[in-house]
Amino acid sequence: MTKRNFWGYFVPYGLWLGLFVIAPVALIVYQSFFNLDHQLTLTNYADYFRSGVYLKMTLNSVWYAFLITLFTGLISYPTAYVLHQLKHRQLWLLLVILPTWINILLKAYAFIGIFSQDGLANTFLRFIGLGPHQLLFTNASFIFVATYIQIPFMILPIYNALDDLNPAFINASQDLGATHWQTFRHVIFPLTLPGVKAGIQAVFIPSLSLFMLTRLIGGNKVITLGTAIEEHFLTTMNWGMGSTIGVVLIVAMIIVMQLTNDHTKGAAK
Amino acid sequence: MKRLMSLVALLLLVCGGLAYASTQLQKSSGAANGKVLNLYNWGDYIDPALLKKFQAETGYHVNVETFDSNEAMYTKLKQGGTHYDLAVPSEYMVSKLKAAHLLQPLDRTRLTGLNNYDTRFLNQPFDRGNRYSLPYFWGTLGIVYNDRVVKPGTLTHWSQLWSPKYRDQLMLVDSARDILGMALVEQGHSMNTTNPQTLLAATKRLDQLSPNVKAVVADEIKMYMSQDEAAVAVDWSGEAAEMLTQNKHLHYVVPSEGSNLWFDNLVIPKTAQHYQAIYAFLNFMSRPQNAAQNAEYIGYATPNAKAKALLPASVRNDRQFYPDEKTLRHLQVYRNLAPRVVQTYNDRYLEFKMHH
Repeated sequence: MTKRNFWGYFVPYGLWLGLFVIAPVALIVYQSFFNLDHQLTLTNYADYFRSGVYLKMTLNSVWYAFLITLFTGLISYPTAYVLHQLKHRQLWLLLVILPTWINILLKAYAFIGIFSQDGLANTFLRFIGLGPHQLLFTNASFIFVATYIQIPFMILPIYNALDDLNPAFINASQDLGATHWQTFRHVIFPLTLPGVKAGIQAVFIPSLSLFMLTRLIGGNKVITLGTAIEEHFLTTMNWGMGSTIGVVLIVAMIIVMQLTNDHTKGAAK
Repeated sequence: MKRLMSLVALLLLVCGGLAYASTQLQKSSGAANGKVLNLYNWGDYIDPALLKKFQAETGYHVNVETFDSNEAMYTKLKQGGTHYDLAVPSEYMVSKLKAAHLLQPLDRTRLTGLNNYDTRFLNQPFDRGNRYSLPYFWGTLGIVYNDRVVKPGTLTHWSQLWSPKYRDQLMLVDSARDILGMALVEQGHSMNTTNPQTLLAATKRLDQLSPNVKAVVADEIKMYMSQDEAAVAVDWSGEAAEMLTQNKHLHYVVPSEGSNLWFDNLVIPKTAQHYQAIYAFLNFMSRPQNAAQNAEYIGYATPNAKAKALLPASVRNDRQFYPDEKTLRHLQVYRNLAPRVVQTYNDRYLEFKMHH
């Protein structure tokens, strides 16, 4: 690559990274060291780690993000696997991705319609004689909707990993006498694990800070860090504290990335 | 790929063309000769027919931009770069804007409709002597209930919400000041208390409400109540008015022991430019006929006494939205609290939401 070419490529990327990745993160970190009176201080962090409320909220967020990721994974892996075996798989894949074209708010409102007292779900429950139930504003409905929204982001990387898998490995495994289960457990799954990890990264982090759904579907019965950030920026205007929570989320993201990356080092990539 | 690119290009072209055409259209309708007024208002908070009438009468074209929270409006005004001639903050935000020197005083000599206003809604603590603001609409915080579950007339006090009768029936509006304020009034305290102990006690009292709370939601409360999702809700009168038109079984009541009295007010931000238009508009909106038309369209209570007299008797005498003198005396207006106190309110409220 000639020197001119290098700069030609580097400048737009560098500008992009600088303006839209590094600068915002730096601003958040910077803001997090200021209190309401615009004094440079560490009190935001001290408050965060001293206050039982924020720690409990963090625990809550991590727990729900974990559950959402777990359910998403449990549904997505078999789906991606079956999808990969199908004849018109591109079409099926398109159908899986289709819901991501719809705005998340619209999807949430659609679920309000489905889960409400006279909604589709309760009409069905009444029909089969189980009577109406309170579905909205329960933890279960929150996890259900969040999982539904995250599923495409988990299926895609797993599907791609399955696609990249060399069929020769599977044939070899079967030729050498492995059962279907053994082939799956010892060949297919380990080789597609990078896809699962990529899926976890794509699902876990956004799930930590869901706030629209916690209110619309969860009725604020589930409080996550996203709720607190929203409040600090929009109501109390304590941007310092909001940024502090943002920094905590960024650190959490780095940790998750590290945890899901370390093991793949050995794999040929 | 090529087809995708041409599709994207086509979309951009169409949108760009439409945007250009609409700005041209606006320009041709008065904007070109500088006869404009930039109004920064809440969404759907003025009768569009009045804007047309105003333009026909005075020639000023009104550009309306909207915001969805006082805080968002404050941030935008503070950061500058805007040219709003009039904005519509709530009362505590008027104090805050005033303190931040973002407002210009009203020129009383240019106002013609001042004596149309009900004196009870003027000279409020957030703006003594109405130096900076004119009241636009006012309202209350209260209880909405569905008469299929709650017998009309039986639910009239805040403390009744704690009754085990309403287990898992109650929806609260997601607002720290209002919900803590409700608990404060229930315990006989001021809604503007700054005493941390009092606030803590109010939070404890709120925690006892938890079994009755079905959800803490925002605008969606209207939809949920109209669809019978819950039987009782704590919400603002403006929202309640909208619910009542959608569901005949709903009723609104302001507890007589006290509640919040809120105002939305017209103010002139520092960035204003078109003073002729501003005063023309303020005087236009103060005219009883126009204020009454606006009140009928929006459904909120008007502070304009002469306009109120023009409203149909069924509206004018509706105790739900124009409470009687006794209740009115017990209503409290929010003061703009110090940021630290606001923080305490929100922290306590967040704790309540965590526990429930």
